Amino acid sequence: MATMTSAPETSRRPRVYARPSARTRRGRKLRDNLTGYAFLLGAIFCFALFQWFPMIRGVVMSFQHTRRGVTTWVGFDNFVRIVQDPSFWTAWKNTFYFTGLALVLGYAVPFVVAILLNEFRHFKGYLRILVYLPVMLPPASALFLFKYYAYDPSDAGLFNAVLKFFHLPTSEWMQSPTMTMPAMVIASTWMNMGAAVLIYLAALQNIPGELYEAAELDGAGLLRRIWNVTIPQTRLILALLAMLQIVATMQVFIEPLILANGAGTQDSATSVAYLIYQHGFFQNDLNGAAALGVIMLLVLAAFSAVYVRLTTKQD
Amino acid sequence: MSVPQYRRVAALAVAAGLGVSIAACSTKGSDDSGKDAGGKTVITVDCQPDGSQKDLLANWNADVAEFEKQNPTVTIKSVSVGQQCNNPPDFTARLTGGTMTDVFYGYMTDLQQVLDSGQAMDITQYATKDNVPAWDSIDPALKAVFTDNGKIYAIPTKNYSMGLLYNKTLFTKAGLDVNNPPKTWADVRAAAKKIAATGGGVAGYADYSAGNTGGWHFTAELYSQGGTILSTDNKSAAFDNAQGKQVLQNLKDMRYADNSMGSRQLLQWADLLTNAAAGKVGMFIGAPDATTAIVQQFQGKYQDWAMAPMPGQDGAAKGTLGGGEGYFFRKDLTPDQVKAGLKWIAFEKLTPGKGQFDYARAKPQNQPVGLPQPLLFTGGSAAQKQELDLRKANQNVPSENFGLFEATPVPIKGEPANAQAIYAVLDNAMSGVLTNPNANIDDLLKTAETKTNQLLAADK
Repeated sequence: MATMTSAPETSRRPRVYARPSARTRRGRKLRDNLTGYAFLLGAIFCFALFQWFPMIRGVVMSFQHTRRGVTTWVGFDNFVRIVQDPSFWTAWKNTFYFTGLALVLGYAVPFVVAILLNEFRHFKGYLRILVYLPVMLPPASALFLFKYYAYDPSDAGLFNAVLKFFHLPTSEWMQSPTMTMPAMVIASTWMNMGAAVLIYLAALQNIPGELYEAAELDGAGLLRRIWNVTIPQTRLILALLAMLQIVATMQVFIEPLILANGAGTQDSATSVAYLIYQHGFFQNDLNGAAALGVIMLLVLAAFSAVYVRLTTKQD
Repeated sequence: MSVPQYRRVAALAVAAGLGVSIAACSTKGSDDSGKDAGGKTVITVDCQPDGSQKDLLANWNADVAEFEKQNPTVTIKSVSVGQQCNNPPDFTARLTGGTMTDVFYGYMTDLQQVLDSGQAMDITQYATKDNVPAWDSIDPALKAVFTDNGKIYAIPTKNYSMGLLYNKTLFTKAGLDVNNPPKTWADVRAAAKKIAATGGGVAGYADYSAGNTGGWHFTAELYSQGGTILSTDNKSAAFDNAQGKQVLQNLKDMRYADNSMGSRQLLQWADLLTNAAAGKVGMFIGAPDATTAIVQQFQGKYQDWAMAPMPGQDGAAKGTLGGGEGYFFRKDLTPDQVKAGLKWIAFEKLTPGKGQFDYARAKPQNQPVGLPQPLLFTGGSAAQKQELDLRKANQNVPSENFGLFEATPVPIKGEPANAQAIYAVLDNAMSGVLTNPNANIDDLLKTAETKTNQLLAADK
């Protein structure tokens, strides 16, 4: 048994501290947090240099015009000009189309795959690796695979060979104005779904098993269990990923750049992000590109605000 | 050391490291003298051949070593920017970011963009015989392309004009006469049909429609019809007319009525040349140096390729596109750096028997020698005579392959103002007729013209 020794009398007496001055308090607080601030410095610097400064610079440039190294303020001229570009509305239409298709395919497929993987009793780990593998492939390499191997417009292309084998009509894929977008979404979904599947799987595994057992006892089939247990229990993750997916797909760029060599057939692959690139780097119109970038920023910010508001209200 | 102290040291190290990294990222040296610690003038130069072009890279490095031996006060630092020295988006990025080398490569179409960026130096006072011995022999028309308001901004180092390149092996296989290549677009169409009929996925005729190259070829084909891209005052587009329509109609007919252009479209520079080097293209329009690229970069054989003048619609072509390349100088160079840069360009690009004109070295490397271009020097000048003599003495390209092209000159027309931006717009018109059987040519041209006019208006 441990013995307790009494503390000396003096230590029992309450000490009287003089209240430090505000300056001293600030100094102490600063010293205490110095390590934290030093670590923070790197992050702040990187954000400032690579995120905030370019954004502010982009907004400033959207109101300027540079010629012969001389920059002048031109008000909203760049915005007016960019809206009058014949590709402007096509690019928005394509971007919304891609986002919509990606929401149907790229959002639903990973969820279904995650549910299926969750149901497997064996080889779970291997299957997860298989699903995640494409994410580890650099996007450019994955898209070149699709471009030259799967989407070759001749019968030598993988997809056309399969279609031909089943006596189905073949397609010119990226050269077909109607197939360009679906083809881009298929490639994009294949490339990116691994990460979403893993997130869904993690969410699914957090659902208490008793809920499924209770549902089963109540006679709920698979679809009923998904509808009444799985979806409500993963609603937050579903909502978050939906927003991230929409914001990401609205900025679709590398797919048109590589799969369609840019604009594709008659602008059928031109997304807003690609149009920004085209103005900035092919047409030497950095100010117009900046204006379009600002428009896109405003659209995405408005969407995100509305979405967060709606989902918060629901909760 | 206690844990908090470790953390503090780590944090300070991170912060210090960050500072060092930022300093290291700076493109400028510690002083602006352009000299190294030993007092040598240092210049960076781009367009060094990349690692995949082994012979060319070895040649370049040997030239740098020889130049530095001849000029012991100068150090050349070479930079490779890829096989296509000026891929427009990369070029724009370097120009905008100010990360070009001291002496940087550009197309003849780039002057406006370089001036707009405010990055180019006026080298008029330095462009003399003292720094470039062959300066007075360079074709004045080429110097004029890089001149703005009487000021010279770049040194021309290559020029070209376009014609019809055709694969002799495929011509023979298709039963066509290699000595009687197509003269009109109707002839091209007929020949393309026969070549495509030989099978094996061969395109009888191939053309670009992406990466600005579609617009480039549209322009060349429009010139062959007698058309122009811009009005005479350069203020508006001038291709939405019968000539522009004819260009697109010819292509659409070959692509869909005859199915003689192969199934793979949306081609850009490397795509077409890769197919051509693989023997999958019967004809395409291009410059003589396309043969060089086919050999040096795409492992093809120059012996396969011959060249005819640009085809015309009903007879001889009314014009063909001419262009070229040169080297600009950064605006912040010291006089010594400009002089060193000029001397290097003179050595590597403008001296018969050296650099690009070292035909005795190129021949055993199985590079094509004896192509009709570049023709940088004025007719009758000593430099031209010397260069042509060396070319002839080392020729390995059968002279008959390019004889017809040389013997049948077509009026050369330069590229339009704002060329690269307009080419990007015209890519869409080209891709329209090459990938959509229902493409409406009138609509394609109207859209392209609207966009071009907007570009021109924005550039005022």
